[in-house]
Amino acid sequence: MPPAAPSAPVPPAAPAPALPPNPDPVLNQAITPALVKRHGLLPDEYAVITRTLGREPSLTELGIFSVMWSEHCSYKNTRVLLKGFPTEKKGPTEKFGRVLVKAGEENAGIIDVGDGWAIAFKIESHNHPSAIEPFEGAATGVGGIIRDIFTMGARPVLLTNSLRFGELRSPATKRLLRGVVSGIAHYGNCVGVPTVGGDVYFDRSYEGNPLVNALCLGTLRHDQIRRGKATGVGNPVFYVGASTGRDGLGGAAFASKELSAESAADRPAVQKGDPFMEKLLIEACLEMMAVPGLVVGIQDMGAAGLTCSTCETASRGGAGIEIELDRVPQREPGMNSYEIMLSESQERMLVIVQRGREREIEDIFLKWDLHAANIGEVTATGRMVVRQHGIVVADIPAPALTDEAPLYRREGREAPGAAALRAWSPSQLPDLDQRGTHSALLRLLAHPTIASKRWIYRQYDHMVQHGTVVLPGSDAAVVRLRLGERDRFIAISNDCNGRYCFLNPHRGALIAMVECLRNLACAGARPLAMTDNLNFGNPYKPENFHQLQECVRGLAEACRHFDLPVVGGNVSLYNESPEGAIDPTPTVAVVGLIEDERHVTRQFASAADQQLVLLGGAPAELGGSQFLGLIHGLKTGDAPAVDLAAEQRLQDLLLAQIAAGRVAAAHDLSEGGLLVAVSEMLFSPARTWGARLDLTGFGAGRCDALLFGESQGRVVLAVQPGDVAAVQAAAAAAGIPAHVIGAVGGEAADKATLTVRTARFEAAWAMADLRRGWETSIEEAMRRPGLAL
Amino acid sequence: MKINVFVTPKKNVLDPQGAAVGHALESLGFRGLKGTRVGKLIELEVDGADTPEFRARLDQVCRDLLSNPVIEDFRYEIPPQ
Amino acid sequence: MKVAVVQFPGSNCDQDAYHLYASGLRLPTRYLWHKETSVGEADLVVVPGGFSYGDYLRCGAIARFSPVMAAVRDFAAAGGLVFGVCNGFQILCEAGLLPGALIRNASLEYRCLTSELKVEASTETFNPRALGAAIRLPIGHGEGNFRIDEAGLARLEANHQVLVRYADNPNGSLGDIAGIRNEAGNVFGMMPHPDRAFERFHPSQDGLAVARAVLAARFPEVLRRTG
Repeated sequence: MPPAAPSAPVPPAAPAPALPPNPDPVLNQAITPALVKRHGLLPDEYAVITRTLGREPSLTELGIFSVMWSEHCSYKNTRVLLKGFPTEKKGPTEKFGRVLVKAGEENAGIIDVGDGWAIAFKIESHNHPSAIEPFEGAATGVGGIIRDIFTMGARPVLLTNSLRFGELRSPATKRLLRGVVSGIAHYGNCVGVPTVGGDVYFDRSYEGNPLVNALCLGTLRHDQIRRGKATGVGNPVFYVGASTGRDGLGGAAFASKELSAESAADRPAVQKGDPFMEKLLIEACLEMMAVPGLVVGIQDMGAAGLTCSTCETASRGGAGIEIELDRVPQREPGMNSYEIMLSESQERMLVIVQRGREREIEDIFLKWDLHAANIGEVTATGRMVVRQHGIVVADIPAPALTDEAPLYRREGREAPGAAALRAWSPSQLPDLDQRGTHSALLRLLAHPTIASKRWIYRQYDHMVQHGTVVLPGSDAAVVRLRLGERDRFIAISNDCNGRYCFLNPHRGALIAMVECLRNLACAGARPLAMTDNLNFGNPYKPENFHQLQECVRGLAEACRHFDLPVVGGNVSLYNESPEGAIDPTPTVAVVGLIEDERHVTRQFASAADQQLVLLGGAPAELGGSQFLGLIHGLKTGDAPAVDLAAEQRLQDLLLAQIAAGRVAAAHDLSEGGLLVAVSEMLFSPARTWGARLDLTGFGAGRCDALLFGESQGRVVLAVQPGDVAAVQAAAAAAGIPAHVIGAVGGEAADKATLTVRTARFEAAWAMADLRRGWETSIEEAMRRPGLAL
Repeated sequence: MKINVFVTPKKNVLDPQGAAVGHALESLGFRGLKGTRVGKLIELEVDGADTPEFRARLDQVCRDLLSNPVIEDFRYEIPPQ
Repeated sequence: MKVAVVQFPGSNCDQDAYHLYASGLRLPTRYLWHKETSVGEADLVVVPGGFSYGDYLRCGAIARFSPVMAAVRDFAAAGGLVFGVCNGFQILCEAGLLPGALIRNASLEYRCLTSELKVEASTETFNPRALGAAIRLPIGHGEGNFRIDEAGLARLEANHQVLVRYADNPNGSLGDIAGIRNEAGNVFGMMPHPDRAFERFHPSQDGLAVARAVLAARFPEVLRRTG
């Protein structure tokens, strides 16, 4: 992502002679205003192009500017906002946590994890291609993020993803879910990187606009860090990997148009991935990068393929690059320069090699049966010059495409009804009685957003590389990294409740962060850094831009408060259809470190008589809750209140109690509130447990808010009876309310029950009923007639 | 010379893909369906002529690589060139 | 006892297999590149899981023709010990070193989960007495549905060639068959992954006992080692 720079007027270049005619007559048509518009460029932007070049651009150059200045590549409408993120750590970093490669510098950021080792990670979206062709869209999204990681010199070791779909009732949504999950599985499983976690929400606001955000994390030693920089005049520029075809032409520009009925015909814009090719590429590139001094710079060819990788590496190196397209391996005959430069064929990398050592890279790629073609060289001109059959078809100063891309400040204005929504109070809403409570818990647990995601994650290979410590289904995934002599345990959590962000963007973004941090703390992990994927609507609509501004403000505030650097991320705009924009969804993923393997903690009850301790009290808030939405059909109220200082004290308390060995299980409260969280703790993979809860101590306020409200800063612990007093004392010292709300029962699994007593009634469920609905909800929705499950 | 090699699951071998496709066809209202099998078409373009020696070689590669005789049948067509 | 782990383009459980033997059983282990024409010094050749050649055409169909497989075939013919896991099992079936074939899971979906397996009385070292009546091993495959003709199945059963059966069949395999050996008892193959069941944090550590039971077919002394 290009670094932010103020938008200054471009001085006109000296008038330059026109380029010679393009070898393909089709590309020699005059550039009309209509053609400029079709390329997604504004008249003002076109004027800057002609001033920069000192002439009219060729059609190939127009295409190049069009993709490099698209929203997807240039972040032109958001770069200004993203400057607000902290990209360095302020606190002590001797043991681990120092930022080695900052957000915005390269394809991914890198954090030190101690002993000379580091992790590289980032999240990226592939929303629009997945809406059109879910399998290939999701698969190539995974492929792309994996390349962003190994291009830094890191071996990819895990994947996670954040998915958002419409309600799981329509055939269209089922088709999207099936396609996206099998696409992610196809690519990740074949390439041999485990998909260990993530989050999935089903909500009407995503109907027609699914979100597919894929994250990859890799490991490397400090001395293995590689950058996407072209330096050393005369160094050869190599193209390695798959051949170039006509895939996904204009894919990056495509992502910046709103979806409409026309889009189905845009199918050829979706790329097709080959995970086998990617696996070979990973091995060949890592082997190549291990040879001292061989690789000067390396960058993957992602959006806008050859164009983007060439001008970005040139820009970063302050150099120029000249390439000859005849030397580019081509899969189809007769490709013209426009097609070759804009092709989004997958599984290709650009490598700047130390001059004189070309043979070494060719030998490595020969071993892996891959192309390694010498297509050009680094120059001192600062310009990207492209030739075909020896004829210049494009000649552009590299910075014009990257650092000097347009920069806009959009206008943000809150939607008119938003404040009124937040002011809603439940005073007119009837509270729950015993029957209503009984039915509400069953319905909430069976709602696809809350229900077991096993139908999804059993299609992902989540165990390859034999390092997965906490499997999918708990608060955070935990993976063992083999780093030289030592094993390191990292935890990762993805989150974002779009509904909170819709009601209160700033607060919703704070919650996305603290939710991840609570998940990590429940796993025993100290947070290191975060990556974010901002998914929003059309930024030219002030209500949408307001949401974006406020969400970024919230994320940045949380990052500063918890001293967590942002290592990078992605922005995906124009997520809307004629029905409207999606709920603002700033997906957050936080990576943490568990220093001692014995501190790895899961969310499941594990023995009879374990005491259930609720930390954080029971404020009565219903706003934005799943309960309000599902049972009352309301999307209203304010997002739950957030107290960042209290969240920090809660995380510290959790980690200290875990280190003291007093926590048998820990689970944070989120969608569905207290009763859903307790139920989830009882759904242990080993066996189902029962519990008796006594909530009479919380008084006679609203039962619905007590049982299902989604107030923040809360965790339920399972604690051995002998440890309860110590936990309570520590909580009191930290200023965190701690209530013993019940205990895990001793009945056999098939007889287990959940009993809840409030000030007004007692409700009870057979755990088998709760579990069945929770476990089979998505499975049943996705069942296909005549096929085994 | 162009050759079309057809590889299909043996009649008595379970064909989950065929079953799935069959059900999907029925749910689309396709009436009277009595069976579905999903196989592969492999298109080969080779230099040379259609001789008995060539056919023997083709049989060999069909048996060794292009099909798995444990679970698949093969046949090929050499359309008029 | 020296172990060689074959690497094809697209093998992705090669490192897992390596660590099962090197870290789990502490045996000298090395990789064997698919272009090699000899297995070299090896007492056990492991063909690991993954997607060799992308699983193109059929799983294992292309890998079986690589130079190293000719060497593995000779090694097996001379009585050498061979163990194929997941994609490795598929490759050994395609190569004719084990009977039968693996096709797509009946659900048409990939399955990753920990599977309970019934141990069959197959050999002196691979049986319920040595391993317990049931073991737990993770599976991770899209094409683990074992198929064989009637006569072949009858032979497998008559010769006690079945090693383990799924307690809860996840893929439609005939006879719930999860792993088999050849008649001579030197070539073993199974879909479940012993290489995902040996670390202290794995769902089970039964992978170590399984790996030992296979080695013990030719090297009974491995059963007397600890660790």
